[in-house]
Amino acid sequence: MRRTVAALLRKELLVELRTLESVPGMSLFAVTTFVVFHFALNQNSVSGDEAAGILWVTLLFAAMLGVNRLFVADQDQGGFDAFLLAPVDRSAMLLAKALALLAYLIVLELVAVPAFGLLLLGPSLSQALPDLLVVLLLADLGIAVIGTLVAALAVRTRARDLLGALLALPLLVPVVIGGARATSPLLGLTHAASPPIRWLLTLGLYDLVFGLIAYAVFDFLLED
Amino acid sequence: MYGRGLRTLSITTVAVMAIALGLVFFYAPLEAEQGFLQKIFYVHVPLAIVALCGFVAGGLMAIQHLRTRDPRWDMRSYVAIHMSLIFAVATLITGSIWAKGSWGHWWVWSEPTLVSFLIVFLLYATYQPLRFAIEDPERQGRYASVFAILAGAFVPLNFLAVRLSTEYLHPRVLGSSSNLPAKMQLTFLVSLLGIALLYLTLCKYELTAKHTRAQLRALRRRLAGESVEGAAPRGRSAAPHLALSPSASASTPRSA
Repeated sequence: MRRTVAALLRKELLVELRTLESVPGMSLFAVTTFVVFHFALNQNSVSGDEAAGILWVTLLFAAMLGVNRLFVADQDQGGFDAFLLAPVDRSAMLLAKALALLAYLIVLELVAVPAFGLLLLGPSLSQALPDLLVVLLLADLGIAVIGTLVAALAVRTRARDLLGALLALPLLVPVVIGGARATSPLLGLTHAASPPIRWLLTLGLYDLVFGLIAYAVFDFLLED
Repeated sequence: MYGRGLRTLSITTVAVMAIALGLVFFYAPLEAEQGFLQKIFYVHVPLAIVALCGFVAGGLMAIQHLRTRDPRWDMRSYVAIHMSLIFAVATLITGSIWAKGSWGHWWVWSEPTLVSFLIVFLLYATYQPLRFAIEDPERQGRYASVFAILAGAFVPLNFLAVRLSTEYLHPRVLGSSSNLPAKMQLTFLVSLLGIALLYLTLCKYELTAKHTRAQLRALRRRLAGESVEGAAPRGRSAAPHLALSPSASASTPRSA
């Protein structure tokens, strides 16, 4: 299982490195969205709830771009067929894809969060950073799991670009709630000590529940 | 086969609904602050409870479908979710009316139950487009079941998250039925029973109608000398279809 996941993950990252289809697009999209927010809100710097909201909306929509592309190559170029021919556990595909998406999200945030601090954020980013990393990681896990599952659901339908976003957005509302509420005290003008623990717990519970469910149902998406 | 007991169930439902409405208007006392407006509580809250239970039940039936691969479970899951969606629309409308009456706004973000309900509704609103976008009936059922399980688990988690996020700005007039006066509680429970029976009856009607239509289609094709195998409807459909075997439809030609 571990070797299968490692092989699949390696293939994912190799394909991404050679084609550069997802991550640069996601990062560019995030930076552009910050510019759009600057003009749409007519503000030079934001803080608190507003800052958390802008950050999470941008990250979520940028993640959607990656989610929509996640299985397209497998569907169009026979990757699914090749995978099904191999005598390996099908859950390996879920794990590998989720880890690949997680990696994309982390790279996205490596670009988007500093850009956000530079372009829009009023308070300094460095004081919020250690706690922010924890929140981002917990939320990324949830987005990666749900994103992988939804991408697999949507990719073999006729309206895959539309359905992916339609399915994923309501499912990710709890992640946005948890992420934004945990982030807003960190980005406030008066820096709070730490993010409220209940939001971290909510995010953790979300990751756990949907991780288990995804593991249980993913096989059924890969039967033909 | 789905039509059995439909008449008894329908009559019981009508009777219980009539009793419930009688209790609501003539037995339950007027609420001190809100007066007559509070009566919508006896419709709104049962609708919401039944719709949510229906969503979760749809998920459980979807688990059954994936385990047994019996398309009838897919049909039941579809009908449960479909009917719950209709009940959810009714819940949102009655909730809006209640909010307008008691707080002066059609929509209030500070009411966590209503907000969670909207999110759940938006999620389940994609159920039919998802089904409609998949042509192969077997895969349609399978994918729809995966969605139903995922969404069924999402319902309680979403309620938790939204509830945590809201400070109670408005006093919760009627949170749970446990702190109600006895007369109100009885009325509420009878209303809940009535709405639940309504849900079951409507589900049964839809199942019966779908089954009858499938039988009719199979018979028509036999008359036209076509192959009855599968007897799928022409064109695409979001609804699952029951593949009747020729013998089953031939043995009960007029039972519906």
